[in-house]
Amino acid sequence: MSHTAIDSRKIIMTAIAWGIGLLIFFPILWTILTSFKTEADAIASPPMFLGFDWTLENYTEVQDRSNYFQHFWNSVVISVGSTLLGLLIAILAAWSMAFVPAKGTKNVLMWMLSTKMLPPVGVLIPIYLLFRDTGLLDTLTGLVLVLTLINLPIIVWMLYTYFKEIPGEILEAARMDGASLWAEIIHVLTPMAVPGIASTMLLNIILAWNEAFWTLNLTAAKAAPLTAFIASYSSPEGLFYAKLSAASTMAIAPILIMGWFSQKQLVRGLTFGAVK
Amino acid sequence: MKNLIRVLAGATAACMIATPVLAEKLTIATVNNGDMVRMQKLTDDFTAKNPGIEVEWVTLEENILRQRVTTDVATKGGQYDVMTIGTYEVPIWGKKGWLVSLNDLPESYDVDDILPAIRGGLTVDDNLFAAPFYTESSMVMYRKDLMEKAGLTMPQAPTWDFIGKAARAMTDKQNETYGICLRGKAGWGENVAFLTATANSFGARWFNMDWKPQFTGEAWKKTLNFYIDLMNDAGPPGASSNGFNENLALFQSGKCGMWIDATVAASFVTNPKDSQVADKVGFALAPDAGLGKRGNWLWAWSLAIPAGTQKAESAKKFVAWATSKEYLDLVASKEGWANVPPGTRASLYANEEYAKVPFAQMTLDSINSADPKNPAVDPVPYVGVQFVAIPEFQGIATTVGQQFSAALAGTVTADQPLMNAQRITERAMKKARYIK
Repeated sequence: MSHTAIDSRKIIMTAIAWGIGLLIFFPILWTILTSFKTEADAIASPPMFLGFDWTLENYTEVQDRSNYFQHFWNSVVISVGSTLLGLLIAILAAWSMAFVPAKGTKNVLMWMLSTKMLPPVGVLIPIYLLFRDTGLLDTLTGLVLVLTLINLPIIVWMLYTYFKEIPGEILEAARMDGASLWAEIIHVLTPMAVPGIASTMLLNIILAWNEAFWTLNLTAAKAAPLTAFIASYSSPEGLFYAKLSAASTMAIAPILIMGWFSQKQLVRGLTFGAVK
Repeated sequence: MKNLIRVLAGATAACMIATPVLAEKLTIATVNNGDMVRMQKLTDDFTAKNPGIEVEWVTLEENILRQRVTTDVATKGGQYDVMTIGTYEVPIWGKKGWLVSLNDLPESYDVDDILPAIRGGLTVDDNLFAAPFYTESSMVMYRKDLMEKAGLTMPQAPTWDFIGKAARAMTDKQNETYGICLRGKAGWGENVAFLTATANSFGARWFNMDWKPQFTGEAWKKTLNFYIDLMNDAGPPGASSNGFNENLALFQSGKCGMWIDATVAASFVTNPKDSQVADKVGFALAPDAGLGKRGNWLWAWSLAIPAGTQKAESAKKFVAWATSKEYLDLVASKEGWANVPPGTRASLYANEEYAKVPFAQMTLDSINSADPKNPAVDPVPYVGVQFVAIPEFQGIATTVGQQFSAALAGTVTADQPLMNAQRITERAMKKARYIK
């Protein structure tokens, strides 16, 4: 194939990739732009793209009305806490499933995944009653626990897939050198699976950050994270699109920035073992 | 020993001085509507008058709030001390013993000042279970300039025939001007609210006195056909996705000749800051079909105290403050009379200053013309104008609303959704053992 053909193919593919990328990013861009409009400009028809009077009044009002930093801190604690606790449990579970599988391991894995297929509202009342009786309603501990359990199947599955890629012989060699089980997992397996663990961690933080069913239903004022912060600006009777957009931008900004800086690690982990 | 006692006594005294007076903290759940946000901003007035009480707000979108407070009140979770609920929930929850009675509010509260229709809807077995914060009905909001251009004059109490004629005359699709904007988005609080109120005026009802669904009757057919024909001829494109907010945006940007919706919208469409047509809006009562009932609804956002709270006394103080005559004066002094929560107290409508607000009288007339206990032309076994106050209604009406929305979108013929609605409702009512 000639160089010209390769170059034009490259240009077309790049243009398509940019097109798809922009298409996916457009709703977020529109939200960010709307957050700088007045309420009247936010509903203008035809919609205004850049030619409007830029204002920061929505951000000022949102900050005046809500305690953003408390919601932000709650989101950080919930997402990081549930991810670390989940990883602790899942690394051990995935190790045993990948390297010492039992007869029913495959079924257990499928069963774990099947819990994700249940609509959460189906177990809302039992969990609510459990939380009420144990004093966990509207607490960060309660949310860390519930989000750990909700995301555990995904963490176990991802780690299991990564661990399967690591040759068992390396662990065997460590064992022959006298490594204990703990040393085998901590000093041999974990360092080798760092890309997988890192991407699992990042993905789980994103999932926990955006989780909006349990975080809305099990909190009131004290433990409410950013999902509740956004929900407080949505209204079926009144046009508060600009304020809602400002609140949404403030809620997604931290996770967007984190995703941007860690995208290399994230992509590397997600494609780990995908191409042989 | 003496020294030790002195030291201990001194330490205890110091601790007593240092310990702040522990205030009782009320958690209040509310919706993100303009009037509620205003109440949140005015909280300092309450805490200044009640030094031992602090207030913590949980503001949520209406549907999320409904799900959240329903779970909490049903399980006696005790997460909230005051909750904002509507006229649909109050009779059901009051009957189940989930709410604290407000019969012992102080005399200065003047409970007799609450408009009788509203008070009746919030009372179960002589117990007032919620205090109204603001009330809304529905009415016609129209563009006076477009009406004049069409050579018509809006009567104060129009008929559906007039509305149909005016909407078609005002429509200029080339210039994106649509004669009428109505709710089409599926939902028990969206298109079902509008169509149920409209159906009442056409002589239709959800159930007969034996709880048998009535969707296959002539009156429902007439209602739905009128609505679909009118929207096809004079409505905006994509109307099956339009709810309150979408129609508000259309009306404010000058694209609707008429809009029949909640009276609370009047303060939005006449606000020059957000509305391009603020000085051109007129108001009229919701239309009728000459059968004695108008197509307007009645809804009151009210403050109630869940039975699971440990702070009922403080909660009552808050409810009394937020729904008092003094609160209305406070809002008027800070934000002007047009922003006072409407439709709860007779004294507000006797106020000369409030009478100057252009939509005040029409709002009151609309509220007074709705009767939740006799909503339809024929007798019904239920309470509620645009809803049926039974626990099963939300589920049934959500599905029925999807049928009506599909009919407006043109994916099914007009008769099909009514047959489906009949089947869906019959099945649900049999399951709930209202009928065999």
